[in-house]
Amino acid sequence: MSFKHEIFEKNSIFLLVGILIMVAIGGLVEIAPLFYLENTIEKVKGMRPYTPLELAGRNIYIREGCYNCHSQMIRSTRDEVERYGHYSLAAESMYDHPFQWGSKRTGPDLARVGKKYSDEWHRAHLIAPRAIVPESVMPGYPFLAKNDLKFNNISADLKANQIVGVPYSDDQVTFAAQDVKAQLDEDSEGYDDFMTRYPSAMVRDFDGNPEKISEMDAIIAYMQMLGTLVDFSLYNEKENNR
Amino acid sequence: MSTEPEYDKITDTYTTGHEWDGIKELNTPLPRWWLWTFIACTIWAIGYWIVMPSWPLVSDYTKGVLGHSQRDVVSAEVNAAIQSRKIYSEKLLTADLETIKNDRDLLEFSMASGKAVFGDNCAGCHGSGASGSKGYPNLNDDDWLWGGSLEEIHHTITVGVRSTHDDTRISDMPAFLTDEILTKNQIKDVATYVISLSNNSVAAPEGAAQIYQENCAVCHGEGAQGHKEFGAPNLTDDIWLFGGDPETLNATISYSRKGVMPKWAGRLDPATIKGLAVYIHTLGGGE
Repeated sequence: MSFKHEIFEKNSIFLLVGILIMVAIGGLVEIAPLFYLENTIEKVKGMRPYTPLELAGRNIYIREGCYNCHSQMIRSTRDEVERYGHYSLAAESMYDHPFQWGSKRTGPDLARVGKKYSDEWHRAHLIAPRAIVPESVMPGYPFLAKNDLKFNNISADLKANQIVGVPYSDDQVTFAAQDVKAQLDEDSEGYDDFMTRYPSAMVRDFDGNPEKISEMDAIIAYMQMLGTLVDFSLYNEKENNR
Repeated sequence: MSTEPEYDKITDTYTTGHEWDGIKELNTPLPRWWLWTFIACTIWAIGYWIVMPSWPLVSDYTKGVLGHSQRDVVSAEVNAAIQSRKIYSEKLLTADLETIKNDRDLLEFSMASGKAVFGDNCAGCHGSGASGSKGYPNLNDDDWLWGGSLEEIHHTITVGVRSTHDDTRISDMPAFLTDEILTKNQIKDVATYVISLSNNSVAAPEGAAQIYQENCAVCHGEGAQGHKEFGAPNLTDDIWLFGGDPETLNATISYSRKGVMPKWAGRLDPATIKGLAVYIHTLGGGE
């Protein structure tokens, strides 16, 4: 053979550049087209960025490692669709940074858990799962109800999401902390502004304790909106088929 | 360092010509089975590119001659399942309890589908054995808040309790303390009275019966047997949704209870709801 493999074996820089070129080809073919191909981008109605409270709940979801046991991805197979509802669409995680699809189900999929159970159920279940589901192996999270939600940096959180492409308006970033309070209380001062900024959001005291803005408020607000944004009666299966 | 390949007598092969610190490497060819598997996989991949969706192009991707789409597959599978259930589900929709009980196939179908649907949708609150827990009724006993006939169970599942359905079941017990209807002492007395209805060892306090008749009897009945049209539970049977100890009863009367159940109309199709109702009716307490 005229080509000498020896060149790569003896010059680590050549080897490095060679590896880089090979990986780049893989990326170009497998990843890059997803960003420009028209038909990989789904058109759905109803998606909106997370409210600050939901985002805070999502941060707790990540902090507690819920994704280790719960997926948020209903696959397009009959058993999953019959159990959990419509298969997940890529567009439904368009504002997730990072997405929470997960890869393991010790517990059930949560992609469409929103509005399935009551707030009371979530509260009781998060505090002591076996009080409601005796065969559950989920650990209890009683401290969520006791911990005050720390949301003094929530504006920065929205800002970070804005930078990576979530279409938060500057108002939404600026008034994020006020919006956290507004989503918990219909009578609060910022309620009207909040509803203008997030028209379809659910507003109520999620943890059943109006005295306190707890981590439980945030995680339940997040749970209750999961998978509820896209209105599937308006979803065109044919047009979005792929 | 590179040298000329040398012949190695013992193994009957040449070396690669590489030499590192005096160590040389035999140029042993790849096993044939491995090489042929590799070639076969390559050929398979080319065939796969042709029949399945694969390569990205400028504004589209190659669809493959089979036109395969997993989304088509899943809708076809779901529709096929609906079709195969149709012979039973259509009959089930119009059948009354007597008919279902006498039609062995239909009953078995309802039980099988009801059990699966219960596990996916109801067990979260009512428990996998339907035995309920605090605040979530046991569905195995014959104590029914909203009625235990097939029609009543069917209606409750369809509309839910305090749900978003227009015809939702709704009961509205006052919070006797918060609403300032009764004092703390009166509530304590009437709680003891309610316990005495099902527990002979507890004596009803004086005057408590009158408080009961004036405040509670309108929904729970003069004899405290409950009223299913209001969702008011029977207070004489020692079956408690939230607990029958004095402390819990005090809290229940003081602050009221507002349990919820979602409507299943819209989330489950009508035949599935009917099958579920039959399943729950057979659990033991159906009227």
